[in-house]
Amino acid sequence: MSDIQIKIKDREGVVHEVTAPTDMAMNLMEVCKAYELPVEGTCGGMAMCASCQCYILSDHPLPEMSMDEDLMLSEAFHVQENSRLGCQIPISEELDGLEVELAPES
Amino acid sequence: MIKTDILIIGAGPTGLFAVFEAGLLKLKCHLIDALPQPGGQCAEIYPKKPIYDIPGFPEVLAGDLVDNLMEQIKPFDPGFTLGERAETIEKQEDGTFIVTTNRGTRHQAPVVAIAGGLGSFEPRKPQLEDLEKFEDKGVEYIIRDPEMYRDKRVVIAGGGDSALDWSIFLSDVAADVTLVHRRNEFRGALDSVEKAEELKQKGKINLITPAEITALHGEENLTAVTVSKNGEDHILETDHFIPLFGLSPKLGPIANWGLEIEKNAIKVDNTLDYQTNVPGIYAIGDVNTYPGKLKLILCGFHEATLMCQSAYKRIFPDKRYVMKYTTVSGIDGFDGSRKEAEKAVIKSID
Repeated sequence: MSDIQIKIKDREGVVHEVTAPTDMAMNLMEVCKAYELPVEGTCGGMAMCASCQCYILSDHPLPEMSMDEDLMLSEAFHVQENSRLGCQIPISEELDGLEVELAPES
Repeated sequence: MIKTDILIIGAGPTGLFAVFEAGLLKLKCHLIDALPQPGGQCAEIYPKKPIYDIPGFPEVLAGDLVDNLMEQIKPFDPGFTLGERAETIEKQEDGTFIVTTNRGTRHQAPVVAIAGGLGSFEPRKPQLEDLEKFEDKGVEYIIRDPEMYRDKRVVIAGGGDSALDWSIFLSDVAADVTLVHRRNEFRGALDSVEKAEELKQKGKINLITPAEITALHGEENLTAVTVSKNGEDHILETDHFIPLFGLSPKLGPIANWGLEIEKNAIKVDNTLDYQTNVPGIYAIGDVNTYPGKLKLILCGFHEATLMCQSAYKRIFPDKRYVMKYTTVSGIDGFDGSRKEAEKAVIKSID
């Protein structure tokens, strides 16, 4: 398994190109934390806080939204059509080149 | 004024376990927490979720862990100031600290241990113009006294447990209750969802979905809200608007206590005792940071233990003491209770 590249635009508009391993069962929220990007991940990845909300900018095939994620987003703020919770997106080889933007803090 | 030996700010697992370790040293603790119940995140965010990395527990529900900790510390009779946020700290001439909450409750102790996790839980506020203007003038984020809503018109927004549960509860108190949610689906316990549905059928809850509150109206006090549904707006007259969109943790006033802060956490001396840059103030659990820090409950337990030993030396600088094993020395509760290992029986067998 190889590493993949992800572009993450932070809340100041700065784009960070990061390398993420595909063999450590990581998700996008954890990748952000590993690079010390300002993602809190308060609930630890249970789709229960929306602090890792991001906007998906590229056209990658993403796992379908679970009921939990969908309902959390229905209560979150700054939600757009392309909103997802980073913690619900596992890092896989198919996501090489993924581009996302961090949603504002709420 | 509440007086104690160790004043613990934050009643999550780390703060609760500190009570036990302090109790072994005959030190009394009092805890302050912004939430109305002890347990911190474990109780507020994920009480029904399992934790797998508590040593000796292959699996334990977060809520059960809190219940067990409460049981474990019971002999040491901790005091609690719940539903209040620690706001200010003042050092006294005698070296003690006075901590005052947002509701004016004062606490005095020679040692303060901040076990505040990610901070105190604050309500998440929707982005609405004039929202702040109407706070406490019709807009509330937390229901403190349900009687306030007796025979009043109430609009609640949100789709989780608290929005459902309060709508159900207030349907018996308020003149009318309207629940507005962006989706048709609700995220709550099944019986709450079913109950809300039943009350809707009976006409006791006015359910508007999928819809959003998009504006507030009124001069001095709130008098109406705009509900947007399928792109159409209509004005709904109301006395109260209660947005219930969950809570998010904020470090809050602790950030202004003169403590060294790094990455939204309090820097401590991890080579010794988890003391901050202010002698007598410690920080333990998720709220602190040091090289190699891991935000794990089990690490918080360790930090609480070392903090208590150091606090003892601070409070009794001239008393010699060595750490004791509970298996050997048992537990002497402050209430006179005693737990100890069963004594071996010495008896000859004929």
